[in-house]
Amino acid sequence: MAEKIYAGKSVSVTDDGYLTDASQWTKEIAAEIAKEEGIDITDKHYAVIDFIREKTLKGEALTIRSIGKSGVVDTKGFYDLFPGAPLKKASRIAGIAKPSSCV
Amino acid sequence: MANTIDHPIKKVMIICAKASIEDVYAALVMANGAVMEGIEAKVFFTFFGLDAITKKQMKKLHTGTVGNPGMRMPGGLPFPTILGILPGVEAGVSAMMKSQMEKLDIPPVDEFLELITAGGGEIYACKLAVEMFKLKKEDFSEHVKDIITIGQFYELAAGEGTQIIFT
Repeated sequence: MAEKIYAGKSVSVTDDGYLTDASQWTKEIAAEIAKEEGIDITDKHYAVIDFIREKTLKGEALTIRSIGKSGVVDTKGFYDLFPGAPLKKASRIAGIAKPSSCV
Repeated sequence: MANTIDHPIKKVMIICAKASIEDVYAALVMANGAVMEGIEAKVFFTFFGLDAITKKQMKKLHTGTVGNPGMRMPGGLPFPTILGILPGVEAGVSAMMKSQMEKLDIPPVDEFLELITAGGGEIYACKLAVEMFKLKKEDFSEHVKDIITIGQFYELAAGEGTQIIFT
């Protein structure tokens, strides 16, 4: 566990760089984490992140399939927005825990 | 964890030679899991595994109820093999497995192939097995990229950080 400064705010993060408290998250923090992941954040990214946060904070499990069916973005679009490891990257930018899903 | 940083897996080549639900899903979950992690994934279906990518068969996969020591009744009691030979039992057990998977958000085979290919994964059919079963390109799911020989499979496997996995 460590403290990190994002957008002038000190937040606690795990060793992998995930926020430990989703309520500390702001859009500005998201933009800075995205930059670390090599992503220039856009409204399209924010739309996906809003969906992810909403679903997670309701306690629902997150899978690539559920995001692909969200109507916010399709699976291919999700991979395009967060290239490489989309679920991990999007979760990190959304300020939620590292995904534990196998699908 | 140092090992994972120094020598990450960059590509997995997964071979599926059987048509049972558990064999096919093992291959699909591994392939999709790789793609999710940003690892290149290519799946090679051969012999009975071709059922998983054949339009006519892919929605009808079963799990074997005979000669399967892992089979148990709901509740955990042993599943007598003699039950497994009765008509409809294998279909019923298979339907139950599929409904359990759906609850975990594990998609049906065709949708799973779509998920994998949407993430950049590639699906191949084995040329030898395709000829053996007298199948044609149009018999396969649209997600099948090509019918290839084992030699081409090894060519695709080239590169540092590749793992070949036979499920």
